[in-house]
Amino acid sequence: MDEALLRSLTPGVLGILVRRGADFAAAEDAVQDALVEAVRVWPADPPRDPKGWLVTVAWRRFLDATRADAARRRREDLVDEEPEPGPVSSVDDTLRLYFLCAHPSLTPSSAVALTLRAVGGLTTRQIARAYLVPEATMAQRISRAKRTVSGVRLDRPGDVATVLRVLYLVFNEGYSGDVDLAAEAIRLTRQLAAVIDHPEVAGLLALMLLHHARRATRTAPDGSLVPLAEQDRGRWDTGAIAEGVGILQTALARDRLGEFQAQAAIAALHADAPTAGETDWVQIVEWYDELARLTDNPVVRLNRAVAVGEADGPRAGLAALAELDDSLPRHTAVAAYLHERDGDLATAARLYAEAARKAPSLTERDHLTRQAARLNTRPSR
Amino acid sequence: MAKYLLLKHYRGAPAAVNDVPMDQWTPEEISAHVQYMNDFAARLEKTGEFVDGQALAPEGAWVRYDGEGRPPVTDGPFAETKDLIAGWMVIDVDTYERAVELAGELSAAPGKGGKPIHEWLEVRPFLTAAPTVADCHAGG
Repeated sequence: MDEALLRSLTPGVLGILVRRGADFAAAEDAVQDALVEAVRVWPADPPRDPKGWLVTVAWRRFLDATRADAARRRREDLVDEEPEPGPVSSVDDTLRLYFLCAHPSLTPSSAVALTLRAVGGLTTRQIARAYLVPEATMAQRISRAKRTVSGVRLDRPGDVATVLRVLYLVFNEGYSGDVDLAAEAIRLTRQLAAVIDHPEVAGLLALMLLHHARRATRTAPDGSLVPLAEQDRGRWDTGAIAEGVGILQTALARDRLGEFQAQAAIAALHADAPTAGETDWVQIVEWYDELARLTDNPVVRLNRAVAVGEADGPRAGLAALAELDDSLPRHTAVAAYLHERDGDLATAARLYAEAARKAPSLTERDHLTRQAARLNTRPSR
Repeated sequence: MAKYLLLKHYRGAPAAVNDVPMDQWTPEEISAHVQYMNDFAARLEKTGEFVDGQALAPEGAWVRYDGEGRPPVTDGPFAETKDLIAGWMVIDVDTYERAVELAGELSAAPGKGGKPIHEWLEVRPFLTAAPTVADCHAGG
């Protein structure tokens, strides 16, 4: 059974229950129950209409739960009416659900968890494992998130930027348990792109595809990090790159540039270079300038300094770096790299070691330590 | 979405404000302290921020490899060990500020006289998984 296909039906089914009058939290629980039931029953007895099956089972679960509830009188009135699905399309249902789960009243970690469960159809256990927290903690995080948004009306369009931030977080952060979060983020962004026509949604999807295309080459078999310049480009996923570039070009043609499109453009330029030496760094610097205009994120200017170092030489890169706050994450790593390119190996070695001590992740720390070690143990001339 | 270790020391931390050893508290004061710690952990589970909490015995041994075919060497415990960890709590929070806020609350656990201990807790970030999008070309 295709579990991703089953889970793709989640938002639509949940939307129908909510539209029939079920409150969001109870409906979400009922849909989870129905998904679990589907995994159990479908392999032996696949339904002709999977979505209809899920709606029927989820609605029955919702009614059972509601009847057992203290507030049953009021709800039974509601049940008696059992309104038919109205003229609202499932496209709108799905879109509203994305907005609700990324609502600005939620903290980022709550929005991520709720999106993965209510839109993605993942179980609490799967989400807990993906983020290395106990299942009980994740269950509480999700139920609090549901309470937080329970008063939010679903009839107003939200800000798509909040949804994109949540999907970007799913793609970019998290551990890999039995759920592939990056693939899940791509699936959810693709699903979003199918229900809303927005160049930044397309931009984010393109960005994800272009990065995902390089995934297999980003780490060595021992788990250590392989820098972009040293990656085996022959193993990049050309299908994903072609799709990402195509989506990006269509988005850019609409002339409504945003930060994800600009980031995707940079990723596309890397993907386009047959060898690291053939990278079009001048164009990449131009895109970083564009990106700096769109966002005041200092990390952008840090990456721009690296690109300037490649386009105009390490001295120019160091000059660009000198204008930035040296407490920025990865600032020291960039300085080490540019000093090495400039031939000042002693300074580079010292800075690599310092950068390793400040590294936010284990793989980066080990990588930077290796860089320092490489310079410290070079044969003396 | 970052994990922090809140580390509690038997020795090695700067002196607490209410710095009376636990064996000189009343039994009720000890119960109140334990209750506070349990309530704190339960509350963090409800907020979806609790990962783990453990306490350690004060006495342990040092162990090291002693070569092929030989049993490991053990030594200690050393009474003079300067830094002695008593236990920890692991939290999963959205910001560093939240981690500091929670450590502050944990440090307010009641001690002698039912008054907060004001003990120093060490807050240490976990190293994360590497981000997917890391076009830090410099070495990364």
